Amino acid sequence: MQRIGVFVCWCGSNIAATVDVSAVSEALSHEPGVVFSTNYQYMCSEAGQNLIKDAVREHKLTGVVICSCSPRMHEMTFRKAVASTGLNPYMVEIANIREQCSWIHKDKAAATEKAIILGRAAIAKVHLNAPLTAGQSPVTKRALVIGGGIAGIQTALDIADAGFEVDIVEKQPTIGGKMTQIDKTFPTLDCAACILTPKMVDCAQNEKINIFAYSEVEEVKGFVGNFHVKINKKARYVDTTKCTGCGECTEKCPMKKIPNEFNLGLDNRRAIYIPFAQAVPKVATIDPDHCNMLKNGKCGLCAKVCSAGAIDYKQKDETIEREYGAIVVATGYNPIKLDQYDEFAYSQSPDVVSSLEFERLTNAAGPTGGTLLRPSDGKHPHTLVFVQCVGSRCSQEGKGKSYCSKICCMYTAKHAMLTREKYPDTEVYVFYIDVRSPGKNYDEFYRRAVEDYGVHYVKGMVGKVTPRSDGKLMVQASDLLAGEQMHIEADMVVLAAAIEPDKSARPLATMLTASMDTNDFFTEAHAKLRPVESPTAGIFLSGACQGPKDIPDTVAQAGAAASKVIGLLCKDQLTCNPCVAHADQLMCNGCSSCEKVCPYGAITYEDKEFRMPDRTTAIRRVASVNEAVCQGCGACTVACPSGAMDLKGFSNSQIMAEVDAICKM
Amino acid sequence: MQEVMLEKAKELLQSGAVDRVLGWKAGEFAYDITPCVFASAQELEAGFVYNDFCGNNLSKYLIKESRKGGKVLAFLKPCDTYSFNQLIKEHRIVRENVLVVGVPCQGMTDGETLKAKGVKGILGIKTEGEDFVINTLYGDRTMAKKDALPERCLSCKSKKHVVYDELLGQEGDKLDSGRFDLVNKLEAMDPEERFAFWRGELSRCIRCNACRNVCPACSCEKCVFDNDASGVAQKAAADSFEENMFHIIRAFHVAGRCTDCGECSRVCPQNIPLHLLNRKFIKDINTLYGDYQAGEDTVSRAPLTNFTEGDAEPSIVTKGGKKA
Repeated sequence: MQRIGVFVCWCGSNIAATVDVSAVSEALSHEPGVVFSTNYQYMCSEAGQNLIKDAVREHKLTGVVICSCSPRMHEMTFRKAVASTGLNPYMVEIANIREQCSWIHKDKAAATEKAIILGRAAIAKVHLNAPLTAGQSPVTKRALVIGGGIAGIQTALDIADAGFEVDIVEKQPTIGGKMTQIDKTFPTLDCAACILTPKMVDCAQNEKINIFAYSEVEEVKGFVGNFHVKINKKARYVDTTKCTGCGECTEKCPMKKIPNEFNLGLDNRRAIYIPFAQAVPKVATIDPDHCNMLKNGKCGLCAKVCSAGAIDYKQKDETIEREYGAIVVATGYNPIKLDQYDEFAYSQSPDVVSSLEFERLTNAAGPTGGTLLRPSDGKHPHTLVFVQCVGSRCSQEGKGKSYCSKICCMYTAKHAMLTREKYPDTEVYVFYIDVRSPGKNYDEFYRRAVEDYGVHYVKGMVGKVTPRSDGKLMVQASDLLAGEQMHIEADMVVLAAAIEPDKSARPLATMLTASMDTNDFFTEAHAKLRPVESPTAGIFLSGACQGPKDIPDTVAQAGAAASKVIGLLCKDQLTCNPCVAHADQLMCNGCSSCEKVCPYGAITYEDKEFRMPDRTTAIRRVASVNEAVCQGCGACTVACPSGAMDLKGFSNSQIMAEVDAICKM
Repeated sequence: MQEVMLEKAKELLQSGAVDRVLGWKAGEFAYDITPCVFASAQELEAGFVYNDFCGNNLSKYLIKESRKGGKVLAFLKPCDTYSFNQLIKEHRIVRENVLVVGVPCQGMTDGETLKAKGVKGILGIKTEGEDFVINTLYGDRTMAKKDALPERCLSCKSKKHVVYDELLGQEGDKLDSGRFDLVNKLEAMDPEERFAFWRGELSRCIRCNACRNVCPACSCEKCVFDNDASGVAQKAAADSFEENMFHIIRAFHVAGRCTDCGECSRVCPQNIPLHLLNRKFIKDINTLYGDYQAGEDTVSRAPLTNFTEGDAEPSIVTKGGKKA
């Protein structure tokens, strides 16, 4: 029989306001095996931990049940406290009476009853707990960064700076991401390319950094410290070791009418192309969907003009397999598609553009060479209307996003300000719900747009944009402060589209077993205390894949993610989780169900001799678990038809005991 | 066919290609055909039988037989070959110790099915075209096969042998005989009605374990119901509902591995249509993960033990069993 101590935490008023903690500790003191039961204001505090330690020693406890917050929060804290008394740390069980009880209930009597039941379940489980000892596993001293935008670049540079190898996987032909398409950056208005391209070059030149551009992660196996990743390096049909990036081929290619992704389709590129002049790696790529040679076997012009002999129409996708200790997700964002916003006439008029398109129209490397011209007729626009929150902060089901995209207020202020500065003859209107400008020098920046540059900020939404036959855009809007309708004859309308995670994020999260929220942003291990770590060990988050972020925030988070990665890669050994699977070989059928579901390859089979009834022996094929590789996910225990597989610390009998305790009422 | 098979068996035994023959012999009654291992031509001559009562799926016997020394010849009907493949996939049968001879099957009837149709005093059976001619104490009786076959054969999924070393007769085809029709009927019931249906059927269970013993998917070294540590073994059921859970747990255990051979229903002395529980799982798997037939091959990954990114994420629990 175990000697169990029960410790009920108030969590200040977090638990105590909804759960009668004294009633819980009183009720649980009568449970079988419980020799000590108490409650305290903050069990996780030093005083609370001392209370536990003293009780373990004084009452010679063999098992400890703590009724508190989620084990995700303080299981380690309590295990450490208990271990310091000499008791095995795996003799601690947590009943989560905060997240799973006090926070979700209002009725105190019912919540108290539920807290008692949860406590009972934990007591029933701890009766069956056995001391466990953790093993160790080595750490591969190399990191993988998925996504080569500013987030991935900064993370990679910081990790490399600490002396560790980093690979960047970028699906586009060049690294750089969205920031390469941006003209100026708020609030200082320095040019994006001037601050980004040196970092891209640093990446290329850093001997610790390996760039896999035009590549995608195909498969991730393994676990923290020991990830095994398959990367698909797509065929560029250009030998990157020979290509000098001279661009001769891109001049001669006869396929001229392919929308240029880099300029968001505002101009055209060839079938063989270099995305932009500062691309890293600066090598050409053949677009197989449009290349005549690849499609029909006719042409071959680029191969003829290439003096380096780099064109290789027979190139195939290549699979690269690499080991990593840590993985950083930096998959970034995209503006949402605006097809659903017909009220703004986005699909009807080329002069209604998204903000990112506007960036290209004002960028010196853009389709207009940096002169702001209307896409429809190439004329200089005089009246511009900016609409904020297009798809952001949207409460309408199925349309737009419920969250604030965070960056739009500031870049719209930037667009408005720069337009007025360069073209003082323009009238610029900005329609907003609220202007959100917290951040160092942000509000001052927005005030300058209004006060120094005379941008008309109007609180209210644009209701409708109607293209007129003379090329004008009729903008109908409401001014909420003046309480009147406005009718503006505009030349251009710019929509601040909401941003959303890149589409590649969802399948990637599945591969990484990293969790996501309903908007497909990666969730962090703790919203406040562990903002750059995924709940999945060894997976870290950098940039907008975790939530909308501007460049300063992204760079700060990228550095933070790097520091967490460095902290991990510095270790030679990681302590394994001792809650691993174990096969009862006497019951094992050798059916391989467990081996097939094991995501870590921790299960192998061996032929073993067994004593059978009537003094006979038989050779049987049975499973055995490599405990250093097993991560204790439990997939095998449910796949096993005979119940031969069990998980230490979460055995079937322990879980059944919990269920029984809950159902006993 | 019996003569052809007998000749084949004797020939293979005499040539030393096999050491034993797994087949069928007559039982106490004409319809009581029993699986049997024959070790010599004499034994075969004396007892080997193959007729329209040979419904027994022999695959499961190979778990033990294939682990003994020497090679065993197994006569397998089309649906038995699915079980055979599934057991190969689960590493339960030692393939190189078995010589599979595929034998044709036009549907096997059994004593229970005939007795339910009012046939008494059965002495023998033979096929004549689309009919069975049943020899009884009261003279011959001719019945159309479609009236005299059990449900599992009327909704036969395949006349094709998915594995064999030698084949007697013609290669058959997979069939589409509406085996999910009865499942559709059950699904159309409202939850209360369905619950009442199954409670009624399962209330007759006497826990004789015949279904478990015959089932080729139930081949665990130690069944959870016999395992003291499982928490469900040797435990007096608290009420009749808990007793009924036996079949539901069993259906879960064989889900994704059940080939739908229907042996469970054939052997049930209480005539509980147990195979419908398994068929419901098969149908759900087909619907959620795409068509999958357990035992069709020995290498494919079963949907329930194979995770893919495209997997459906069904919410399997809905309040009161009502569809969302």
